[in-house]
Amino acid sequence: MLVSYKWLQDYVDLDGVTPEELADRITNAGIEVEHLTYPGKDLKGIVVGKVSACEPHPASDHLHLCQVDLGAETVQIVCGAQNVAAGQKVPVATVGARIGGGVQIRRSKFRGEESNGMICALSELGVDSDLVPKEYADGIYVFDEDVPVGADALPYLNLDDAILDLDILVSSAHCMNMIGVAHEVAAIFDRPVHIPAPDVIETDQAAADKISLKVEAGEKVPYYSARLIEGIEVASSPRWMQLRLMAAGIRPISNVVDISNYVMLEYGQPLHTFDFDAFGSDRVLVRFADRNETIKTLDGQERTLTKEDIVITNGKEAAAVAGIMGGESSEVTLSTNKVLLESAVFDPISIRKTAARLQMRTDASSRFEKRLDRNRVAPASDRAAELLAIYAHARVLKGIVEQGERTVPETVITMPWKKINQVLGANLSFDVIKGTLGRLGFTVKTEGDTIHVKVPARRFDVAIPEDLVEEVGRMYGYDHIPATLPEGSAVQAELTPYQKLRRRTERLMESAGLTQAYTYSLTTGDHASAYTVHPASEKQVKVIWPMSEEHAVLRQSIVPQLIGVVKYHLNRQMPDVALYEIGKVFIPKPGNPRPGEEEHLAGAITGRSAERSWEGEARPVDFYTVKGVLETLFESLAVSERIDYRPARRDGLHPGQTAEIFLDGKVIGYAGALHPKVQKDAGLNETFVFEVAIESLLRKSEPEIAYRILPRFPSITRDIALVVDRSVSAADLDRVIREAAGPLLASVRLFDVYEGAHVAENEKSMAFSLVYLDPERTLTDDEVNAVHGQIIDACSQRLGAQLRS
Amino acid sequence: MLQDKLLELRDKALESIGSVSSLKQLQDVHVRYLGKKGPITEVLKGMGKLAKEERPVIGQLANDVRKAIGVWIEEKKAELEAGVLEAQLESEKIDVTLPGRKAQIGAHHLLASVIREVEDLFIGLGFSIAEGPEVEEDYYAFEALNLPKDHPARDMQDSFYITDEILLRPHTSPMQARTLEAHKGEGPVKIICPGKVYRRDNDDATHSHQFMQIEGLCVDKNVRLSDLKGVLTVFAKHMFGAEREIRLRPSFFPFTEPSVEMDISCFRCGGHGCAVCKGTGWIEILGAGMVHPNVLRMSGFNPSVYTGFAFGMGPERIAMLKYGIEDIRNFYTDDIRFLKQFKRA
Repeated sequence: MLVSYKWLQDYVDLDGVTPEELADRITNAGIEVEHLTYPGKDLKGIVVGKVSACEPHPASDHLHLCQVDLGAETVQIVCGAQNVAAGQKVPVATVGARIGGGVQIRRSKFRGEESNGMICALSELGVDSDLVPKEYADGIYVFDEDVPVGADALPYLNLDDAILDLDILVSSAHCMNMIGVAHEVAAIFDRPVHIPAPDVIETDQAAADKISLKVEAGEKVPYYSARLIEGIEVASSPRWMQLRLMAAGIRPISNVVDISNYVMLEYGQPLHTFDFDAFGSDRVLVRFADRNETIKTLDGQERTLTKEDIVITNGKEAAAVAGIMGGESSEVTLSTNKVLLESAVFDPISIRKTAARLQMRTDASSRFEKRLDRNRVAPASDRAAELLAIYAHARVLKGIVEQGERTVPETVITMPWKKINQVLGANLSFDVIKGTLGRLGFTVKTEGDTIHVKVPARRFDVAIPEDLVEEVGRMYGYDHIPATLPEGSAVQAELTPYQKLRRRTERLMESAGLTQAYTYSLTTGDHASAYTVHPASEKQVKVIWPMSEEHAVLRQSIVPQLIGVVKYHLNRQMPDVALYEIGKVFIPKPGNPRPGEEEHLAGAITGRSAERSWEGEARPVDFYTVKGVLETLFESLAVSERIDYRPARRDGLHPGQTAEIFLDGKVIGYAGALHPKVQKDAGLNETFVFEVAIESLLRKSEPEIAYRILPRFPSITRDIALVVDRSVSAADLDRVIREAAGPLLASVRLFDVYEGAHVAENEKSMAFSLVYLDPERTLTDDEVNAVHGQIIDACSQRLGAQLRS
Repeated sequence: MLQDKLLELRDKALESIGSVSSLKQLQDVHVRYLGKKGPITEVLKGMGKLAKEERPVIGQLANDVRKAIGVWIEEKKAELEAGVLEAQLESEKIDVTLPGRKAQIGAHHLLASVIREVEDLFIGLGFSIAEGPEVEEDYYAFEALNLPKDHPARDMQDSFYITDEILLRPHTSPMQARTLEAHKGEGPVKIICPGKVYRRDNDDATHSHQFMQIEGLCVDKNVRLSDLKGVLTVFAKHMFGAEREIRLRPSFFPFTEPSVEMDISCFRCGGHGCAVCKGTGWIEILGAGMVHPNVLRMSGFNPSVYTGFAFGMGPERIAMLKYGIEDIRNFYTDDIRFLKQFKRA
């Protein structure tokens, strides 16, 4: 909402209040003034001149030679405008003047003729050319007769004004018009507000004798009124009105159109004028549109309507889409003689839906959507009638033809006045509260500690006690409210066990050299179902209106996103990347549009884990780098004993370098090398990835710490090297050793794997270090030898292992 | 006779020890003079032939000589060992200016750091951390927050809907309704809810279709707007420096009444006006307000008994302001050169 500082002074005395101060105070009271502009701030030396003579330039077929009276002197100016003529009063940029765009005017010669200044078009004075009235669009601006010759022209063009751009939200819709702003400003500065009452002179003939009205869509049209106005002379509206419209960002068209716009700006009530002769009947019928009914709107577009839309009709055809835009067929034109003036209330939601569906947000619809002052509908009609009578020399037929309630009763809010202090944490006296509400136009009646506050209809945003708390708070100023801390019951707060473990997981990943990434949850259809921990569902969770195919489907795993980040780095010559992310994946559920959500931990590592240094060559990352990271994590979460790794084949991963990770025998994740084909296609280096359903893991981990007394007896360590077939895995041997050993075996650690000389072609040697311990006594060699023998036998029988000699 | 022999032995031994240059040679000397078959032992063996009164004298002397040689050998040994150690240390000298073997430490994401900092602050103020679904029901995302289906501040075009009733949450505020509901009308409720949110925006320097929010909610008997101001003051000073002042400006949100916008005094210029605060001296940080009675009521709290405040902030905005980051996409591109700059954050 653009508010003219000059116009506002029609209603409130702003003496001593600069535009800056006004803007600050309005902002601080709750309506943000987004911009404060001075449309004439770059202009200098523009005066009113009178063209005393205008002849064709002797050496040009389009230039004019003008003698211009500037009051103190008459100068010759060469003017190229087609509409210049003797007798006109015009804005003149004198020699030395500055016009729009910072251009300075100098004495010059055009084809041999001296020119001492420039007769200006509005656009040359910085006015947006979209706002310039049509009659001046291609030429100079021409004043009406009242302007004194020689005077500074800027005040007569309102170029000495300041414009405040108010950001109107749902809560401040009452300030979407000048009267509303005037009330707000009057309250802020505690000054009186003057809203002149319209004075309509009506003819003896009653409008009701000529037109009839029927509202069928009553529940969506609580009030509809029409006036009939005849004998209209369509012309330009007066300069003051044109300038005010332009200041508000509306292009002047003609007196009839301008008046309805002007009243909308002033009262906040959108009006519509139909050319009554073109309307096609004397019967106004307001109804819901038929399905697929069409109307050609003022902007020349053919619109197809639905049964939800409201239309104004002549009994048959639609003449307007209610509250949004009129139809072309009954548009006011230069030859219009009679108008049907509509002032009505339409259901905000209905208007919003229709405007959104037809993609027609208009000045009218945006006001209806945000609701209006119900008690201003009829006065707005009067105001427009008054202005039409004056400026279009029209006859206003007697009375308003209406249906519905013209006014609504004022609402009353009852509350204990102390609640205002309680909610604000302030200590305002009753008088201050009452005075503040009074300034805003609320009437306060007291009854003991209770107040009954009558809310004026223009404050349709105020309905509950909390609204009044806000009204007092914003006027009083939140700066004056103290800063306290909540006094209520003491609450102890801490992270949940899950949150603590998740933080620990983050720390561990970072200590292992992985950097935390945040990637998008929405991805492509292909990526959404790739690299999932559990088999991907055929169904995908898609958003209805994606912004792009890149972000259209909810991810079921994080790994594809991290692969994308790895690729980003490769493209920028950064081959060493180690990343992890903890974030949600979204698992489609059959028969439920809402997916399950669980947090996963994923990682991607590529390049070198240690750079080449003075000590030796760089160490490339491999499967065991990734596995080591996970093992460290599981150990820290005290779940290592419940975890095992099994070779697996998975889409997109290397069939020989991929392990599934099991917790208590159930798959909770995987780790592996990307399939060489995938790497090649994507232009990646060797890359290792993992993903773990960390949420379920963390929720099942963290057993109580069980302290064990330190061993009092020495342990005995025995190493054992076993030669087995290459297909036997470390896990196989580990398992058989543990099973065969019995309770004396305290730990098993693989410390060497060897293939090559002295070992047969398809065999390998694996060496384990075994620690034996009895917490109750010192073990003897004989006891250990017996167990050790059992182990060797078991390995030999079950896995064909032989002791390496 | 024997006496002379012993003294001669002593002198010879002293001479030998003096000429020794290695521990090995010293060991030989030790064996030669003090060994079981050494000359002193020999002397002592021959004692039987001596006169009875001579025996203690010679015995005493032999012991003295043996002791003296032993002491000399020990002294020499210490001397030689010191030399060996000296040589070892010399040979083990390294260039301590060569780089060490660093553990590679990954960086914590800047957004995670900001969120953690806010979490820790609010835990200290008695707020728990509540987390909730990112795919929400329309009811919790809007209706329970006083945004009925036809509310003008609602536009389906602004959110990622999956069906008419299910959407990616456009803010963390649904956790207000969910948490209140879970408390079944009994206060106090003090939570903050950090999490991802989604809006139908085109990604550019200042917009991201996915971003983070932290919601705060405090509902109890007698919670006041001044308490909101106090808590936010603590927050502002903690996050942006002890000298920060805050300012509350009236604003509008459907789920709070009154609603305010919080500004902090500019941390760059201290409030005099600069490019960061666009000359105003103030920087807009977050939106807040007193929980709307409809929100309390819909989630089972009696608004005549309970009041509360709520606030919502954007970790991206906080991080961008704090470090002068120019492009919100940096948070989601995950360029390690970006992320590693904030290891210490």
